[in-house]
Amino acid sequence: MVPAVTFEYRKTSMDAIVAKNLRKSFGPVTAVDNVSITIPEGGIFGFLGPNGAGKTTAIRMITGVLIPDAGTVKVLGTDVQKDPLTAKLKMGVIPENGTVYSDLTAEQNILITAKFYGMDRASREERAGEILDRLGLTERKNAYVRTFSKGMRQRISIACAIVHSPRVLILDEPTTGLDVHSRRLVIDTVRHMNGMGSTILLTTHNIEEANALCSMISIINKGHIVATGSPEKLKKTFDTSRYVEISFDQQVAPALFSDPGITRAEHWGDKWRVYTDDPDRAVKYLATVADRDHLKIVSIATSNPTLEEAFVRLTEA
Amino acid sequence: MMDCKVFCRSIAVITEKNMRIYYFKGPVVIFGLLFPLIMFLTFFIGRDLDLILFFPGFLGMMLFFTASSVGPLITPWEKREKTYERLVSLPVILESIIIGDLLAGAIFGIAITTIVFAACTVLFHIPVANAGLLGLGFVTGSVAFAALGTLLASPTTDNPSNIMMLSSLIRLPLIFISGIFIPLGQLTGPFFLLTSLSPLTYLVDLFHAALNGDAVYPPWIDLLVLLGVIILFVGCAKVIQKRNLVKGI
Repeated sequence: MVPAVTFEYRKTSMDAIVAKNLRKSFGPVTAVDNVSITIPEGGIFGFLGPNGAGKTTAIRMITGVLIPDAGTVKVLGTDVQKDPLTAKLKMGVIPENGTVYSDLTAEQNILITAKFYGMDRASREERAGEILDRLGLTERKNAYVRTFSKGMRQRISIACAIVHSPRVLILDEPTTGLDVHSRRLVIDTVRHMNGMGSTILLTTHNIEEANALCSMISIINKGHIVATGSPEKLKKTFDTSRYVEISFDQQVAPALFSDPGITRAEHWGDKWRVYTDDPDRAVKYLATVADRDHLKIVSIATSNPTLEEAFVRLTEA
Repeated sequence: MMDCKVFCRSIAVITEKNMRIYYFKGPVVIFGLLFPLIMFLTFFIGRDLDLILFFPGFLGMMLFFTASSVGPLITPWEKREKTYERLVSLPVILESIIIGDLLAGAIFGIAITTIVFAACTVLFHIPVANAGLLGLGFVTGSVAFAALGTLLASPTTDNPSNIMMLSSLIRLPLIFISGIFIPLGQLTGPFFLLTSLSPLTYLVDLFHAALNGDAVYPPWIDLLVLLGVIILFVGCAKVIQKRNLVKGI
């Protein structure tokens, strides 16, 4: 049984993370160039980008792991460079690859992390027990982490990051390489923490994950933020690419799709993909011509613009 | 404004973490415990040497090797295991990591050398001329050479064996130019000058003062040099590790 969680925050009007004009170069390569983000308290914010886009570099500067060449980061009003101890007390961080100490047990990893946040012994032990239970690791709490699978290690990494109930939780590629069960546990935990009031910042190159989890997304490419908005807003950026997929019981000629509302039609396997600005009108037209020409419609589906499409178009540019 | 309580807590937890994880690692046991014992036995067994005369040198070598054996392992090991990034993202600053690593080495050095010293005192009736000075020697010596260990761990690598090789390259020659196998009082000319360049010389001399009362330098000079060495090693470690953080390595 999942135990009751014993914390909740009162949201303030303060921004959780404010990063201004972050820049970082490694030799001649500029990994992050003039990146600014403002994340209001309480949301789930995603950094979406292809491999090598600068997501991890940006996250490492926000968490104080990497010193930026230029720019500032404030976490709940505290400057990460000027007062790193106070800023880091407010954060929980899951670095890329979810690393934890292999030579400590699952429980020891959580308990020693809790000590960094000044939790007393009773709170440490109670909270460790709660989290191990939530993440399905109670039975393995005394096992050394070196004996764990990647998914279990990632769960311990998450346990360490949330042990002090952080107001800001930052996750770098939290589900990469995980099996379905571990992935679900990670996503559930992220949602749970957000439900309890934590602001979440996560990086991912998994578009479906970003679409399902995030209330706001920044797409980053070649060190620049190319678009920021809600998933729906980003999808609508390329609204012209809506289409209807249809298949008939017999071959048809392209001339069938000659309605003014149809911008083009492509043969797509055993189907036709009919691009349109107005799917409703296109469906009605296709039903009419099928009836007129005695064609049987085998399948028909409309497709809304996807975040993947927006992502590909933005990162191609 | 830095929170001193959080800072001190971070040092204490890093020290505890290092003690739990690294004290029983193979390289620490081999280079920190077995190596100085074997070196001493190699030189001592079969020769008609005065144990009382050579014991301060042995004690200095023991403290030197034990205190400097933990530090070189920690940072490269954590970079290889990728736990270093997690550590830096916790409420710590670079200074807490350096001091935590240093304290883990110093405590290891003091603990092991105290056990060896106690055993030798009981078995061989080693005299103690000045217990206070001996205690000061234990503390300053262990911190100085733990600082050397932390400095040795600072170059960029995620391969612990590279750093252990580097540390052997630096530590081994030092034991031959620090008055361990030839008492300082018997050295003259360029050899004496050479020994004055090694920080280990001053610890051995301090132990001579504390155990036999036959030191070459006044104890305050020995202590001053060891304190200077601590500041130098910690300062250099901080500069190098800060540069690594800027470069993201």
